[in-house]
Amino acid sequence: MAYKRNVDRLPIIPKDAKKHNVTCHYCIVGCGYHAYTWPIKKEGGPAPGQNAFGADLSKQQGPETEAWYAPSMYNVVKQNGQDVHLVIKPDKGCAVNAGLGSVRGARMAENRRSDITGTQQQRLDQPLVWRYGTWQPTSWDDALDLVARVTARVIDKDNEDDLFVSMFDHGGSAGGYENTWGTGKLYFQSMKVKNCRIHNRPAYNSEVHSSRDMGVDELNYAYSDYGLTDTIMIVGANPLETQTNLFLNHMVPGMRKGAKVIFVDPRRTVSINAAEIEAGKESVLHLAINSGTDLALFNAIFTHIVEKGWIDKDFIAKSTFQGDTAQPQNAQFPAPLGSLEMAKAECKMSVADAAKICGVAEADILKAASWIAEPKDGQRRKCVTAYEKGIIWGNDNYRTIGALVNIGLATGNIGREGGGVCRLGGHQEGYFRPSDAHVGRPAPYLDQLIIAGQGKVHHIWANDHYKTTLNASEFKRVYNKRTNMVKEAMDARAGATREELVDAIVGAIEAGGIFSVNVDIIHTQIGQCAHVILPAVESGEMNLTSMNGERRMRLVEKYMDGPGSSKPDCLIAAGMAQHLERVLREEGRNEYADQFKGYDWKAEEDAFMDGYNTAHPDVTYDRLRAMGNNGVQEPVVGFKDGKLVGTMRLYTDGNFTRHGREDKKALFCGGGWRGLQAPGKATQKANYKFLINNGRSNINWQNWFLDKDNDFVSDRYPYPFLEINPEDMAELGLKAGDLVEVYNDVGATQAMTYPTPTARRGETFMLFGAPTGTQGNVINAGVNELILPNYKQTWGNIRKISDAPSTVAHLSFKSKEYTTG
Amino acid sequence: MKRCDRLVDVGRRQFLRGGAVATAGAAAATVVPTDAKAKPGTALLRYPANKLANVKDLKTNEPLDVGYPDADAPGVLLKLGKKVEGGVGPDGDIVGFSTVCPHKGFPLAYDGDRRTLNCPGHYSVFDCEAGGQQVWGQATQNLPQYILKVDDKGDIYAEGVDELLYGRLSNVL
Repeated sequence: MAYKRNVDRLPIIPKDAKKHNVTCHYCIVGCGYHAYTWPIKKEGGPAPGQNAFGADLSKQQGPETEAWYAPSMYNVVKQNGQDVHLVIKPDKGCAVNAGLGSVRGARMAENRRSDITGTQQQRLDQPLVWRYGTWQPTSWDDALDLVARVTARVIDKDNEDDLFVSMFDHGGSAGGYENTWGTGKLYFQSMKVKNCRIHNRPAYNSEVHSSRDMGVDELNYAYSDYGLTDTIMIVGANPLETQTNLFLNHMVPGMRKGAKVIFVDPRRTVSINAAEIEAGKESVLHLAINSGTDLALFNAIFTHIVEKGWIDKDFIAKSTFQGDTAQPQNAQFPAPLGSLEMAKAECKMSVADAAKICGVAEADILKAASWIAEPKDGQRRKCVTAYEKGIIWGNDNYRTIGALVNIGLATGNIGREGGGVCRLGGHQEGYFRPSDAHVGRPAPYLDQLIIAGQGKVHHIWANDHYKTTLNASEFKRVYNKRTNMVKEAMDARAGATREELVDAIVGAIEAGGIFSVNVDIIHTQIGQCAHVILPAVESGEMNLTSMNGERRMRLVEKYMDGPGSSKPDCLIAAGMAQHLERVLREEGRNEYADQFKGYDWKAEEDAFMDGYNTAHPDVTYDRLRAMGNNGVQEPVVGFKDGKLVGTMRLYTDGNFTRHGREDKKALFCGGGWRGLQAPGKATQKANYKFLINNGRSNINWQNWFLDKDNDFVSDRYPYPFLEINPEDMAELGLKAGDLVEVYNDVGATQAMTYPTPTARRGETFMLFGAPTGTQGNVINAGVNELILPNYKQTWGNIRKISDAPSTVAHLSFKSKEYTTG
Repeated sequence: MKRCDRLVDVGRRQFLRGGAVATAGAAAATVVPTDAKAKPGTALLRYPANKLANVKDLKTNEPLDVGYPDADAPGVLLKLGKKVEGGVGPDGDIVGFSTVCPHKGFPLAYDGDRRTLNCPGHYSVFDCEAGGQQVWGQATQNLPQYILKVDDKGDIYAEGVDELLYGRLSNVL
């Protein structure tokens, strides 16, 4: 049977409940919610005067009512040490979501730790230190002392290369401007750590170097542009599932107003199905290209548009570089950058050639070019272009993204109403750190350095390489071994003094081990290797600021206590700095110790003021609080009439600045097609039968770390699904729900068969990042230039390993596509 | 197709009409007043046992519109033609579901080919053969299913619902 809560009624929010601003912290869209809290032994009543809605709750409420909340929106949590009822429900007044809640955000309340209802007992609530062969609870001072003493042994002034750091750089979740500043100040100001990486990639770098090098920030539009455009182009993205309320509340209205929609994706997604319903099939074009051939497609469209003269000549003359090459190709720039003419020559690709490479009809490429750029009623056509991991984690990242931005620039579709060439995004953003210039470009490939035996101490901030990195089979094998060496050394010195223990740890490190410090909200898979585990809080358990995919900045107001003694990451970073300062002073390294001053923060707001506010003095917690769930779109340009003044879309003045060029001219990218670019990909494609395309799903997305402990979600997919064509299944002797092993030259993993008639023969799609089957195990180590991982182009073979286990007997394996009946 | 449209219309009508009539269970369901002397309550919500249909009224794969726990809560009875978990009747194939989408309260339409209830609001799909499991969608719960009983005469009674119904903070108003 499907999972059912058997909740028949819920406590009613009383009139005088406390109401807090909440931006959903899971995905980039950042839907507005309100958190209501009230004392545990009280509730409101059904009469209009008795509840927070002023509604008669003795009656059935209609569709889209504000006066209802699902059991998933309810919990009992601690607030200032007291048990309180909590309801977190969508905010109808928020411009982002207009009252819509996604299957993820609308479970925020249920996904809070509660000792009363028993939810999220996986949350860490106190520091843990590896002792006596397991993890033992301890105090912050004890745990941080050990971290500082071991770390201090491997770092020195101007030489911190043996300290490896994996740290999130996002907003939302447990990120935000406060926490990126706290960690950034520690590692990039007090220290100059260069061997570091970000939560979703094996290096500390941009995901979109080329767009930025061309002068175009990747989040340059407003969500309302989808409602003002002629054409919506979605590339390597599936927004109905992974930016749900952007799709429902902004893209769908655009489609209903007549916008045409182009999807570039090897796979048919539910987004395409929904677009066909909303816009009509005749207004939706799905370019189901061969995996990894996006660049050939975009270059052909660009070539055709320029040849036809469907370009914005005034815009090009005024806002883009004139001449030939502004930036030649070299190790830091995987393609030359410069003028339209230069790009036209470098990117030249005929529609006929592209059709062959991409495996789509010439007529469809011509149709796409026309929908994007052919003037309509004598007017420039508006087109908004959105892309995400399909090309970011795809073949030839730099050139492919550059080629897409080329089209936007050539048609004058950046900085204009109904335009934009933007990332759709994953997490929200919330990046404020000291310069990372010392990291270098290309940045160090951290995971490979670890595999090669480098790094002595590893600080990990909300990264789980085990579930989400590439070459994961090898990484785990080596990391288990190296961290076990330290565990064994620690076990052998049980009962020793701190000094003796540190000596033992350093001895194991020098012998090839690595000391692993894990800061997270849960005990992760890589956390199984940790020697010290430090518990962090999430958004809502602290005040937290971040911005969404249209740069909308909001403050989430703290509405509950974090579990146990857990803390905001910024304060954990501050504690690390303070302990490092103390230890270094004890060791007589005073000059170095001085670098760790300046962390006297009592609360997250202090970190915000120490960091973000210094560059944006208009922006304070009080002012953000007053701006509510609509917040302000960055950059903030002033404070007027009691309100922060923001910027609806970037580059409306035609000046492009992201590259830092003084002339403020955008550059075109001259990146010609050159086949599968990352090492090992072409060989893998030749040697294995199935494309193992991979990505996220509607319910398994940015909150999966919590959802592995959520019954509703784990009931639906106990194992990662592998979408596969039924005829391929028949050849492999597979039935729905059977477990299969996916294997290739670099590793193996397992998944659950999900028959999918719309999947093309030989092209599967596996859920990425699953705790019960890491897709990254079969992704090779080959990266694009500038250490951009290439997760998407992966090939492997498939064999059955088990009949459908009893845990999937109740599952539906029907089509995920909505039908009108 | 016609069938589905009609089902949608029923849902809409019922929403528009609203729920003016409180049922007998309402007093037990709602909040305890602040009297000096507390009244004894019960732990479980008391559902009415309503006769919804007779097995003879059902034809395989043809949905029958019903309302439960009251007329303002539209639902459907289905004879699926194959035994399913939670199914009742001589063939173990009769199930009942709410037809109000637990995401935003839009009326669901039945897809007889797939045997799913589908939401025109935000494309959610619920599998009637798998206990109302959300195949895909934005609801944070699977589709509320009726606890059904069939007596000797073949009369089908609903005696409860296994999830909170959209639009009411107590399933029994």
